[in-house]
Amino acid sequence: MQRRFFLKGSAILGCSAAAHPLLSTVTLAGSDGGRPLGDHRLVVVILRGAMDGLDVLRPYGDAAYAGLRPTLAVPDSGVALTDFHAMHQGLGGLSTLWQAGSLGFVQACSTPYRDKRSHFAGQDQLEAGTGFDVPAGAVRDGWLNRLLQAMPGVQAETAYAVGREALPILSGAADVRQWAPETTLDLSPQARLLLEQVYHDDPIFQQAAVEAFELTASGGMGAEASGKLADIDRLVDFTAARLRDATRIAAFSLSGWDTHKAQAKALPRALQRLERVVLRMQEQLGPQVWGKTTLIAMTEFGRTARENGSGGTDHGTGGTMLLAGGALRGGRMFGRWPGLGESDLYQGRDLMPTSDVREWAAWALRSGFGIDRALLESAIFPGLQMGDDPALLL
Amino acid sequence: MRFQTLAALRFGFGVPSGAPKNVEAMLDSLGGPDQSARDWPIEGLASVLPAVQAAQAEKAAAMGEDAAFALAEMEDRACRSTFVRAMTGDGFRERLVAFWADHFTVTGRGAMDGMLPYALVEDALRPNLTANFEAMLMQVVLHPAILVYLDQPQSFGPTSRAGKRQGRGLNENLARELLELHTLGVGADYAQADVRAMAELLTGLTYDSRWGMRFDPRRAEPGAETVLGRAYGGDEMVPIRQVLRDLAAHPATARHICGKLAVHFVSDTPDPAMVDAMVAAWEASGGYLLRVYAAMLGHPAAWGQSLEKARQPFDFVVTALRALQVPPQAIFDLPDARMRKLILRPLAEMGQPWKAPRGPDGWLEPVSAWITPAGLAARIDWAMRVPAALGDVPDPVMLAERALAEAAEPALLTAIGRAETVAEGVGLVLASPAFNRR
Repeated sequence: MQRRFFLKGSAILGCSAAAHPLLSTVTLAGSDGGRPLGDHRLVVVILRGAMDGLDVLRPYGDAAYAGLRPTLAVPDSGVALTDFHAMHQGLGGLSTLWQAGSLGFVQACSTPYRDKRSHFAGQDQLEAGTGFDVPAGAVRDGWLNRLLQAMPGVQAETAYAVGREALPILSGAADVRQWAPETTLDLSPQARLLLEQVYHDDPIFQQAAVEAFELTASGGMGAEASGKLADIDRLVDFTAARLRDATRIAAFSLSGWDTHKAQAKALPRALQRLERVVLRMQEQLGPQVWGKTTLIAMTEFGRTARENGSGGTDHGTGGTMLLAGGALRGGRMFGRWPGLGESDLYQGRDLMPTSDVREWAAWALRSGFGIDRALLESAIFPGLQMGDDPALLL
Repeated sequence: MRFQTLAALRFGFGVPSGAPKNVEAMLDSLGGPDQSARDWPIEGLASVLPAVQAAQAEKAAAMGEDAAFALAEMEDRACRSTFVRAMTGDGFRERLVAFWADHFTVTGRGAMDGMLPYALVEDALRPNLTANFEAMLMQVVLHPAILVYLDQPQSFGPTSRAGKRQGRGLNENLARELLELHTLGVGADYAQADVRAMAELLTGLTYDSRWGMRFDPRRAEPGAETVLGRAYGGDEMVPIRQVLRDLAAHPATARHICGKLAVHFVSDTPDPAMVDAMVAAWEASGGYLLRVYAAMLGHPAAWGQSLEKARQPFDFVVTALRALQVPPQAIFDLPDARMRKLILRPLAEMGQPWKAPRGPDGWLEPVSAWITPAGLAARIDWAMRVPAALGDVPDPVMLAERALAEAAEPALLTAIGRAETVAEGVGLVLASPAFNRR
């Protein structure tokens, strides 16, 4: 039996998905050959290190912004999206997506995590999808995995964790695939043949090997990738190939966001990678699949409203979430702006969060996969109040 | 398969010819001196604390980084010694050490804390490997490694003097894991109120690098607490020691830990009769661990012919190093870049980054968690490439004999005979199901 996040007596989930009291109310989106998640695709990108939302989506329309960011808020820089916001020029390549309605941002959002501002604990909470009501450490599986646990009939290939590092957002009782596109397996044809013979009578080894051989042989996708962003291209090409096939949910992470100093140099490097992820994903998925795709890029928390003494920013609270994909009803800002005046800030230092990142993720699951609201507010994001439908998707 | 072969594969790090010939020999060896710890020493807290203090003082005064480097070197030696002990020591003892280090999972979250997990093994686990569980539990829970990892220094009694003055409150992390992971188990009959009372009871217990573990009465929540229906009161550490004794003696703890041992060593779905025998030995002896191991080894289900478990990556690599007869000193002296490239990075690729499990629940047990496409690809890649990088590769047929004895399947021996190169033959042996199962 897998570990559960509630103690006996208050358990919401039973020992198996089949015992779930809310399961019968799940709306199955489409049938798509019996695949329970239907035809929609969801890509979750975890931005590790705390992205500075105030630099990525610059609130030039707020009178206090320039004063808080004397060197970072370069006047007239970036790409104006609204009469209030400009997007950092590092994401300049996404402006056509904005115009096409396939890009959006949630301003001033955060997880319920507060005050200690630890990357480790903040990411744990982001990926566990828990709130205040669940004590730290009481949940060990990720919210995407709990979604899968609640869906009868999902196959392991329904969800892919891409990359080498652990992805707690997808870990848990439901079987998911994990693969790092950089995995190499240089085998002579003879060695491969002999391994197949050796594994022939042990089904677990046999199945794992067949899949490993297929994945490394088709490593050709992205093999032509070269240059500074080759790792990103391989990552995206692999992910897109899975999403074009049976996979409906993919997650991976990008690091490099912890810009305590010289942010003007460091942030563009990270943004260039994020921009490439979005553009290459669009290209590799092709118009049809891209049209059914939502990409969410989320980070553990935002950074201080004021820049610090070394041209950077420190760990904060409210941040920014990036949404992209052909399924998105984008070209607009989501969430309420709290203001940057001294009394508007959280603890006098951070952007005040006005919404919970989980609400947006929950609505993406609700609209994309047709997941029942009661299930989202209990099992997937325990204790979450989703609020009004923001009509996130087309 | 003979006893010796199963003893080597299932309860050790392979190489049947050197394995004990019967259960008595396994238990005798376990009850004897801890030779590998003497041969390959790792610092305990008594040496770690001064080293951490020196590094902290140096950092505070911006006085260079000699002490920080000394601490990092200590950690590097500890990492290598851990490998070498597993390569050279009594297999069952070393496997038990790994089991308990996983049961009481801790990680070091920064350079200053990096030695703490090693110190926990030296101070609390190895010396108590065959002792009463109570003795082990007591030393583990009062060890800085656990206190730091599970946030105990951040826990304040809400109405304690320090808690009121600083506006601080409880951190339930240690209390929860103590009940859920270390003792009773998640299925046991306790409630959130017990976790909270346990957290209040533990307040006062804290750590700093100057004094190590200490009790700070200013943080302790006043009054008695009721955990699992019993009230605990008294001065300072008295109620904490009492509740730990009671948890160690709780029937749910015996069942939880006996079940974990059986799952780890024998089968993902162990024979309930074997677990019952272990629980009976636990209860009859008051949690005397040597008796519990003896009950497991004495049960026929422990010696079933089918190899149901998969070696975890550390276990796989060490077993390969033993079978390849890589000299222990060569691993101890391996240059840093090669240590990372040949050993540590592959471990991460196989799914087990060194000393870095994601959470306090440690590594997963099921075969399906390890023999995944990515995990198996990394094992095959290691098996084909790394032995040649570590030295001369042996004849594959001899390697199969040394590593597996009669556990080598005919299909494997046939395949070896058809390999085009020696390195591929060696790779086939190490990547085979027989070598990766136990």
